[in-house]
Amino acid sequence: MIETALTWGDLAFLAKGAGMTLAVTAISVAAGTVLGVICGVIRFQLGPYWSAPLTFVLDVFRSVPLLIQLVLGNAFQSIAKLGWPPFTTSCVVLSLYTAAYCTEIVRGGMSSVPVTTRRAARSLGMTWWQDMRYIVAPLATRVSLPAWIGLALSVMKDSALVLWLGLIELLRASQILVTRLQEPLLILMICGAIYFIISFPIARLGGYLEKRWSPND
Amino acid sequence: MIEIENVRKSFGELEVLKGINLTVDKGEVLTVIGGSGSGKSTLLTCINGLEPIDAGRIVIDGTDVHAKSTNLNKLRQKVGIVFQQWNAFPHLTVLENVMLAPRKVLGLSKAEAEAIAVRQLTHVGLAEKLSVYPNRMSGGQQQRMAIARALAMSPEYMLFDEVTSALDPMLVGEVLDTLRMLASEGMTMICVTHEMKFAREVSDRVAFFHQGVMAEIAPPEQLFDAPQHAETKKFLAATH
Repeated sequence: MIETALTWGDLAFLAKGAGMTLAVTAISVAAGTVLGVICGVIRFQLGPYWSAPLTFVLDVFRSVPLLIQLVLGNAFQSIAKLGWPPFTTSCVVLSLYTAAYCTEIVRGGMSSVPVTTRRAARSLGMTWWQDMRYIVAPLATRVSLPAWIGLALSVMKDSALVLWLGLIELLRASQILVTRLQEPLLILMICGAIYFIISFPIARLGGYLEKRWSPND
Repeated sequence: MIEIENVRKSFGELEVLKGINLTVDKGEVLTVIGGSGSGKSTLLTCINGLEPIDAGRIVIDGTDVHAKSTNLNKLRQKVGIVFQQWNAFPHLTVLENVMLAPRKVLGLSKAEAEAIAVRQLTHVGLAEKLSVYPNRMSGGQQQRMAIARALAMSPEYMLFDEVTSALDPMLVGEVLDTLRMLASEGMTMICVTHEMKFAREVSDRVAFFHQGVMAEIAPPEQLFDAPQHAETKKFLAATH
């Protein structure tokens, strides 16, 4: 077997880091998706002209590197004396970042539903809301799913950047162990494996849903 | 009764309906013929309130379709429309396609909606296809499903907008048979169509539209055999 100074305690430390990665990701993806759906529907309904201010704000979140957003977000909360702990700041910034991308995914998905199909729904006496709920939402979800899975996976990996605010997530935990044990190869391999173990089910879930829906399209 | 009074409608600069006056009685089958761009399809979407009108009035059983106070969703339950493109809901089975509006719009229970849907689908000859997804069916079958979907709302009026135009010639017959059946059952129908033989056979009256104007309206024998208007003659000569 490989000679290593890594102890069970160290692995538990990594697992705790992974837990932090998962927590930040889950909260940010959930909040970002809810916000993204709201902004996506607004953008779709208002059209490019009236939603221009919203589009501009979202473009800022999409174009400024996440690391800069985190550092600026942290500076802002401290200047505004919000007193947020790093965990809260990280989740807020990552949620907005996720929402900016999710908005475009939602808008694109909604645009893919043919106007004629929606017209057929309305002609049966369905209200705008019923059309959204029973026709647009399910069809747009199908179209948006692959992009949304990609977004969730990328946010999970990007969440490593929150280490700059002092959170000990998976990558930071690995760095700490590397510094102490001087076994970068083994530790980073374990770290990579854990990222894979977290990502794999999400990717598979996406594949499963796509497959389940595809015979109907 | 559908009363159409001096209806005008433009898309931008283009005036597609130039003052249409028309009354359709209960139980009547009216077919509308005419070249493309003559405004016939637009008229149907205006009757259903899917398109606003610029002037005039459309009154259905005393309700002004385009009045602000009119509940269009309620009115549309009474006036079914089927389009050239059948617009199946691709994520739902045939049965679910037909059940959706009765359940959500009329608020029927699942069992009631299912009973209606099965009855209507059987009516149009799709009893074997209940659990199939629309994309697994031919265009003609999907179009018949769309008809059943509209009928499931128990409409009093049915509007058919070139329902056979997008179909393979082999499949036109089965859809026209469904329309014939409805006509024989006494449904009030306005059919925009290019199927002249069908129009002659089922209609009580045939209207000929030309460039946004209703050039001529008459019983089928008269319109097809002794057209009065020059444009009608030209059109019929070209389509024969």
